[in-house]
Amino acid sequence: MKHRDHDVIVIGGGHAGAEAAHAAARMGVRVALVTLKRDGIGVMSCNPAIGGLGKGHLVREIDALDGLMGRTADEAGIQFRLLNRRKGPAVQGPRAQADRKLYRRAVQRHLSQAPGIEVIEGEAVDFLMENNAVRGILLADGTPISSGAVVLTTGTFLRGVIHIGDERRAGGRMGDAPALRLAERIDGFGLPLGRLKTGTPPRLDGRTIDWARLEMQPGDDEPVMFSFLSKAPTARQVSCGITHTNERTHDIIRENLGRSAMYGGHIEGVGPRYCPSIEDKVVRFADKLSHQIFLEPEGIDDPTVYPNGISTSLPAEVQADYVRSIAGLEGAAILQPGYAIEYDYVDPRALRRTLELREVPGLYLAGQINGTTGYEEAAAQGMVAGLNASLNILSRDPLIFQRSESYIGVMVDDLVTRGVTEPYRMFTSRAEFRLSLRADNADQRLTPVGAAIGCVCAERQSAFEAKMERLDAARRRLEATMWTPREIAATGVSISADGARRSAFDLLSFPNVEFDTLLVLDPTLGDIDEETRGQTSRDALYAKYLERQSKDVEAMQRDEGEAIPDDFDFEELSGLSGELKQKLLRIRPATLAQAGRVEGMTPAALTLILAKLRQARRKSA
Amino acid sequence: MDTIFALTSARGRAGVAVVRISGPDAWNAGTILAGSLARPRQTALRRLTAPDGTVLDEALVLCFQAGHSFTGEDVVELHLHGSIATVKAVLRTLGDLPGLRLAEPGEFTRRALENECLDLAQVEGLADLIEAETESQRRQALRVLSGALGAAAAGWRADLIRAAALLEATIDFVDEDIPVDVTPEVTELIDRVSASLRREAKGASAAERIRDGFEVAIVGPPNVGKSTLLNALAGRDAAITSDIAGTTRDVIEVRMDLRGLPVTILDTAGLRATDDRIETLGVERAIQRARAADLRVILLESQEDQPLMAPLGDDILAVGKADLLATQAFAISGLTGAGLDRLIDMIVARLETRAAGVATATRERHRLAILSALGSLGSAREEVTCGCVRSEVAAEELRSAIRSLDSLVGRVDVEHILDEIFASFCLGK
Repeated sequence: MKHRDHDVIVIGGGHAGAEAAHAAARMGVRVALVTLKRDGIGVMSCNPAIGGLGKGHLVREIDALDGLMGRTADEAGIQFRLLNRRKGPAVQGPRAQADRKLYRRAVQRHLSQAPGIEVIEGEAVDFLMENNAVRGILLADGTPISSGAVVLTTGTFLRGVIHIGDERRAGGRMGDAPALRLAERIDGFGLPLGRLKTGTPPRLDGRTIDWARLEMQPGDDEPVMFSFLSKAPTARQVSCGITHTNERTHDIIRENLGRSAMYGGHIEGVGPRYCPSIEDKVVRFADKLSHQIFLEPEGIDDPTVYPNGISTSLPAEVQADYVRSIAGLEGAAILQPGYAIEYDYVDPRALRRTLELREVPGLYLAGQINGTTGYEEAAAQGMVAGLNASLNILSRDPLIFQRSESYIGVMVDDLVTRGVTEPYRMFTSRAEFRLSLRADNADQRLTPVGAAIGCVCAERQSAFEAKMERLDAARRRLEATMWTPREIAATGVSISADGARRSAFDLLSFPNVEFDTLLVLDPTLGDIDEETRGQTSRDALYAKYLERQSKDVEAMQRDEGEAIPDDFDFEELSGLSGELKQKLLRIRPATLAQAGRVEGMTPAALTLILAKLRQARRKSA
Repeated sequence: MDTIFALTSARGRAGVAVVRISGPDAWNAGTILAGSLARPRQTALRRLTAPDGTVLDEALVLCFQAGHSFTGEDVVELHLHGSIATVKAVLRTLGDLPGLRLAEPGEFTRRALENECLDLAQVEGLADLIEAETESQRRQALRVLSGALGAAAAGWRADLIRAAALLEATIDFVDEDIPVDVTPEVTELIDRVSASLRREAKGASAAERIRDGFEVAIVGPPNVGKSTLLNALAGRDAAITSDIAGTTRDVIEVRMDLRGLPVTILDTAGLRATDDRIETLGVERAIQRARAADLRVILLESQEDQPLMAPLGDDILAVGKADLLATQAFAISGLTGAGLDRLIDMIVARLETRAAGVATATRERHRLAILSALGSLGSAREEVTCGCVRSEVAAEELRSAIRSLDSLVGRVDVEHILDEIFASFCLGK
């Protein structure tokens, strides 16, 4: 084999980059993590929180594959809340406020402990090419570094421009230079590029906030952790404050709208609708007299407070004015003004499901460069790219995440099949099999997958196996324990007297049946431990619906099994409309199922593709 | 694997309609209807009876064993008398049997492919057939939806998206400024849609002008002889004809028998750019209506004339008022009858290759969709109102109701629901 400096080079040390490097290291390949500043690895550039709905699901899935984010968020967590605690487990999402410094340190420590990761400080400005494939990078100081694959995670740095009012300056993040030379290099690949925008609020000095006047929101009494391996928080726990904008705030914003970068016409990039600036909120929902603001501490020994809900691109002095119009913030000092940032992204339809660029072998993209937003979305992609870059180097089969198996699969499929029109964020409503893709069973869904490819450490694997033994044993017992309707009715559970016996497991799927109800019927079940009881109940709850969905899952998996080879000639398919052909050529679906999700696909076109696939297979057989 | 059934492309003029049933329950379903089946690949004459005892038809019944059939699965074919009422009753009976559902366009072919039961050389021809099947279903659906049912369906869509958006907002944006209790509005929306669906299922809009047979639209600029042509075809004064351009503002339909084919000829408003608001509306409606027809006869003023509506598929282009022009092109005149026979030949030739009975099948598809949606909406309502806060289950039922109504309300994507959420609530911390 040809000598190379490293197997995988990861450019960028944010959430995507850190996860990519760690994933590659878990696969046993040699990794170089190239970043501008060593100390910037694991920085939370935006709000100091991890998780939430859909996002918390992603973190659990990352953790199930032994990734970083769950563990580091647990180590840095200073307030844990399980969202939708009162709803069903399928839509419960773990979330935590994180101490930014603890988080960064935890990420850096994990990376330094992982074998085979070398951190290189420097700016990547070019790629080393070999027959159109990326085989390394060139640093700004002229140093070449060779590798088998490169994972590029530029975040908002690719031609980043920061806007504060009518002031604009080049920058990838406040205080950091943008990546310009790399952007030019990427232009050379002829990839479809677009421009997106995101924003941040002004950061406040917590010592100047009148906390006594504010409503406080503490964490849950029983914190739910991200990692399947964590037991309890380690950092001191704090509360967040809640305040609201008022009519005076809105007046100030309205009076100064023309000075906002957004409204002054300085920004062309598309921003996320679910994360509007305060200007947007005031304009679009003019009849709303007040908007909620969460005051999130950025750390235990850091006075900085992140006022979640008032991101802005107004001039700094207007920011100071409107902040001081808000209850509790009358004397607040701004440590750093809010700003909007525009950056380049690559149309993710140019990617394979491994996140490798179809036209540039060896180059993988992850995070905001693919049009997504959010730490969790970025980290999940980083892991997908890191694992697949490693598998590629090891000449092994790629790891494809399916929609029917994980949120990661939903996200990757959405990105590569549909592209983005605004920064893409995960919501639970994006998952058609939401009832089975739960945060609580992420390990059951993915840890065996990770174990099979070898990215899961022995400790996690044995903990998982022990847990599964307990779960399987409990389930077998519950399925074998049967009662008549009369016996069940005696406990006060309403049930139709149809004479059909039901198992204890069936009973757990009734909406108002708790595990304790089973104990009334059979006290010996009491020797099943608490954790197993809880998980078995969650697994049972949706049994009826999962059964109903199993046909859909099966149909989808059958179609996912019909692989469309890279060299499949969509041009040659007669009878397809020109428009559909263009879409297929751009997206290049990798399976029949993915082809079926391409907008405008018809049954006839799908049958034609299937027929051609069968034809090719018969010829080669 | 589901067992599927459908009316399989009986040719236009055929007096026999073939219903195919394929899948693990096919023989069972065949036995329920026919009492007993003959040996595989042998024809048997059987009286078909619905489970409630209603006699459906005397039919030829054939069955094929898995591995020896078109799809590779167990198959039963019912060769029925080609009457609309018979086909309708049989489809309805099959749809009510548990485990059976109507096949999607191309689904038989798809299964045949998957089971390696198809000579791949034939596939392209079959793809054309599937395309035609999809297209005629789409057109039929368009026809249905351009009427009163269409307005109702648009209302269902809006209400269902709204209900889903409310539920999803409470799930995905729980930490934000959204109404705490969406139950009253969601319940109201579900009730409204359910009531309307129930009315529809009972056949409230039975007067809906959908019927089996083909539609041929005559389109062209004003005063090119469209109405005269219609009259000549129909042999009576059905449309108002005069020399004043733009007389036919609405669409006039005349049902007739063209060489044994049931055909409805549509006389549409003259196509031209105009300032008259009412006429503009008429022109728009004419184009919309003409698109939904099976075939268009596009009349031109001269051979060089560019049609205002682009021809689709195998549409017929002809110069109108042949009596007034000397032209080499295909020209017709309703007044003198010139070219009329050739035109009828062309229309019949084109229609004979198309599937008949689509309207019946479409109506049956809609009925089943509505019934299934009603079931899901009922469960969703129960979940919303039971107070056990399983909104994810309610949302699941709602999704399945929306999926059932796909063919009526159009596909609803998560993006439509997110659009509604972001338009209604100020979200974003």
